[in-house]
Amino acid sequence: MFDYGHFKFASKQDCLDTAVRYWNPDKTKFWQKAGIDLVMGRREGYCIYDMDGRRLIDLHLNGGTFNFGHRHPELVETLRGALDYFDIGNHWFPSVARAALSEALIKATPGMKYAIFGAGGAEAVDIALKSARYATGRRKIVSIIKGYHGHGGLSVATGDERFSKIFLSDQPDMFFHVPFNDIDAVEQALKGGDIAALIMETIPATYGFPMPVDGYLAGCKALCEKYGTLYIADEVQTGLMRCGALWGWQTYGIQPDIMVTAKGLSGGLYPISACLVNERAGGWLNEDGAAHISTSGGAELGCVVGHKVMEILQRPEVAANVHEVAAFFREAMAEMMRRHGDIFSGVRQRGVILGLEFNHPEGAVFVSRALYEHGVWAIFSSLDKRVLQWKPGVLLSHALCEEIMDRFDAAMPRARQLLREATR
Amino acid sequence: MSQTEQPLLRVPDAVYEQTSLKLERSRWAAAQFQKLDHAATARIVQEVANAAHAKARFYAEWAVRETEMGVVAHKQLKNEACSKGLAARYAAEDFVSPRIDMVGKMVALPRPVGVIFALIPVTNPVATVYFKTLLALMTRNAIVLSPHPSAKAVCADAARLMAEAAKAAGAPDGVIQVIDDPNIPLIEDLIADARVDLVVATGGPAVVKAAYRSGNPALGVGPGNAPVLVDDTADLRKAAQRIVASKSFDNSILCTNESTLLAFANIADPLLAALRAEGAHICSPEETARLRRLLFTEHGFNTRMIGKDASVIAREAGFTAATAKILVTPVDHVLPEEKLVREKLCPVLAFGRVESVAQAISCARSIMRTAGRGHSAAIHSRNEAHIMAFTTALPALRVVVNAGCSLGASGFETNLGPSMTIGTGFAGGSSLSENLSPRHLVQFAHIAYNKDASEAFGNFVGLDPLNLPKSPVTAAPAPLTAVGDADELRLTLRKIILEELNSVLAA
Repeated sequence: MFDYGHFKFASKQDCLDTAVRYWNPDKTKFWQKAGIDLVMGRREGYCIYDMDGRRLIDLHLNGGTFNFGHRHPELVETLRGALDYFDIGNHWFPSVARAALSEALIKATPGMKYAIFGAGGAEAVDIALKSARYATGRRKIVSIIKGYHGHGGLSVATGDERFSKIFLSDQPDMFFHVPFNDIDAVEQALKGGDIAALIMETIPATYGFPMPVDGYLAGCKALCEKYGTLYIADEVQTGLMRCGALWGWQTYGIQPDIMVTAKGLSGGLYPISACLVNERAGGWLNEDGAAHISTSGGAELGCVVGHKVMEILQRPEVAANVHEVAAFFREAMAEMMRRHGDIFSGVRQRGVILGLEFNHPEGAVFVSRALYEHGVWAIFSSLDKRVLQWKPGVLLSHALCEEIMDRFDAAMPRARQLLREATR
Repeated sequence: MSQTEQPLLRVPDAVYEQTSLKLERSRWAAAQFQKLDHAATARIVQEVANAAHAKARFYAEWAVRETEMGVVAHKQLKNEACSKGLAARYAAEDFVSPRIDMVGKMVALPRPVGVIFALIPVTNPVATVYFKTLLALMTRNAIVLSPHPSAKAVCADAARLMAEAAKAAGAPDGVIQVIDDPNIPLIEDLIADARVDLVVATGGPAVVKAAYRSGNPALGVGPGNAPVLVDDTADLRKAAQRIVASKSFDNSILCTNESTLLAFANIADPLLAALRAEGAHICSPEETARLRRLLFTEHGFNTRMIGKDASVIAREAGFTAATAKILVTPVDHVLPEEKLVREKLCPVLAFGRVESVAQAISCARSIMRTAGRGHSAAIHSRNEAHIMAFTTALPALRVVVNAGCSLGASGFETNLGPSMTIGTGFAGGSSLSENLSPRHLVQFAHIAYNKDASEAFGNFVGLDPLNLPKSPVTAAPAPLTAVGDADELRLTLRKIILEELNSVLAA
């Protein structure tokens, strides 16, 4: 019996059956079929536990949501302290928490003027796209093929058609997609002078973290300037120190007009996202600040947590730790490729963002399963299943890093076996 | 803007959280440091020692200013001895490379501690920072320094100086860190933290006990209270000179300083005269009584007097001894009830007369029964039997002969290891019986062969544990031919890349 006080399940199967019946039959069954029978129970630090108690080291982190690990004690205490005083607040009024978090974000981010809050990444992307449309008076948006910006009314149209067509939400006359790392394609798309914004993940996550080639992002930004288009940096997965600097775009030496952050800003505890805009893109905040409304966007509890997240991220020790974790996996993965080069064919890395390439069209699905069986949870890239997303947390300890790699090494024979069976 | 005393929200202890991050950083540093060889380690030690030495005077002045204890010139000497002096003392030793024992058929691989948490006392702040840091570096350990709150600024600055020098010399980032704003609850949490491998505690008994209680391995040392015996074979002039110099050294702030002088009765008066000639003020019974009242309050030793000049202490007590280097207080009974025979980290020396070595031993044991067990003692004598008897009977782990105890027992004027951390052994509640030295901060993993003669010992000469030949990659299994887009060219390219990678990594 699993008694959670508010609700009970007789067994894990009971929970799965309930999920199929009332929640999401396909998603529930997909993981069963993939050999990943996870239902998260307790969680702590960089570990999650199946409701049965089995421990898994989390290298998925929901795209950086758990950048600091699960239930980071300092953030939990921060939220508890905030709960004695705040609730989500009232979006109509100025608030101490929103004022403080927006100030913290803007002061840490060169070139930005205002922060506009949402409850999740998609909402913040929608705000970004609307702001760009406001500033340019143009409607059209360009993004990359297999980019990912969430599932809002506008943001979903910027992404892969897998997520839009099913809901008849693709908008081919307004949203255009160009191949990644193809600067000419960007110019082709922008040169008509009718594009409001080019939106780019600094490194496309769901596409498996292919690295932008030298000069690509800078080239995109230059073209935006040339054709009067705003550059939106989607930093939902690449921000918050994950590239080794507070924002990924800083490591590429570009200055976006608008940027979006979410996931990790919440500390994994209280949802919050933010769209940061420069003076031009934020013009509507002077003309009609109530033009965009979000009841729980910028909820004060989330603001307090986000403020603490920003403070922690700017401690010198965190930068040092990110550097160590990044260097550790760079070295460790090179060694793994040496040992398992028959299946493990490449590494893409920037900071603590890694994409591990496996030599099979669905290689990462099998490797993900093998790792799962060996106590490590890392997810394949939805839009390129050769690639395993490898997302170590910024506060990961040396001891846990070593344990992860010992488990990785041990999982490779099983991965090899699964791949052979799949290709037979 | 109105100021509120308490914030409206309960907030986490950001100091603890940031300090916790320092521990993580030092764990990374420790892991990286273990990959450095002896030459690289030696270079770091030398560079850091040089940087510390260059600032010996600067930090001596700062320490006296901040702590209001001790003597600048003497602190400078200690800082020099604990920087370049220490590096020179151990320059010929190697705590990094494997040690091959051909006869015993064993190889010992040095295994650093990892992360050392070092408590720094207020009495010898910078010298101890220098000392513990260099010992840690010699043995490839990361160190987190926790200074006494009354010496925190100077310690933090000295630690940062060394950290920068270490980094510039190629040490891993974060190998030397310091707690900027220590407090007791924070320290209690940290010494018990699982990320700390060893606590090295120098300080008051409370600090040392806390270190041992923490559950982490600890090297702590107990308080001193050194008796010094001058018998009738001693060179009285030299003995007096050495005792005054030692007792006035940094105003008795080293825990190895002489606490009570026991003089054979037949030489006591000439010895007092010799002491006076060296700059000691011999107190009258009235002055002795005043000093007793000043130094020992109902709460114990008057900490305001620690490391103060003799003239200042005399003035506080209500008499004048303007040129005195030390104050000698004759006492009638060398017994625990006599407060003046307790540990005094100030230039006040109790003085008692004894009839024989046997009585000297009884008196010394009485003194050390209260405090100082396992610590230090001194004797000025040419009679080996006296020296042996004194050492045999006393609960001291080092008995300094014909030298000042301050710098003798701490190894600067003897061939004991030069040390700011003096092991007091089991008698003194410590697992460390010697003067702390680099070899206490490294352990060894042993390769041990079958001792039977029929099993030959391997040849480990030239085998570098940091740079072992890589085992060749297992032959790539049959290619995954079902991979749709894997044509011949791609497979060939991958094979070439793999071979290149191998050769680079194996190089």
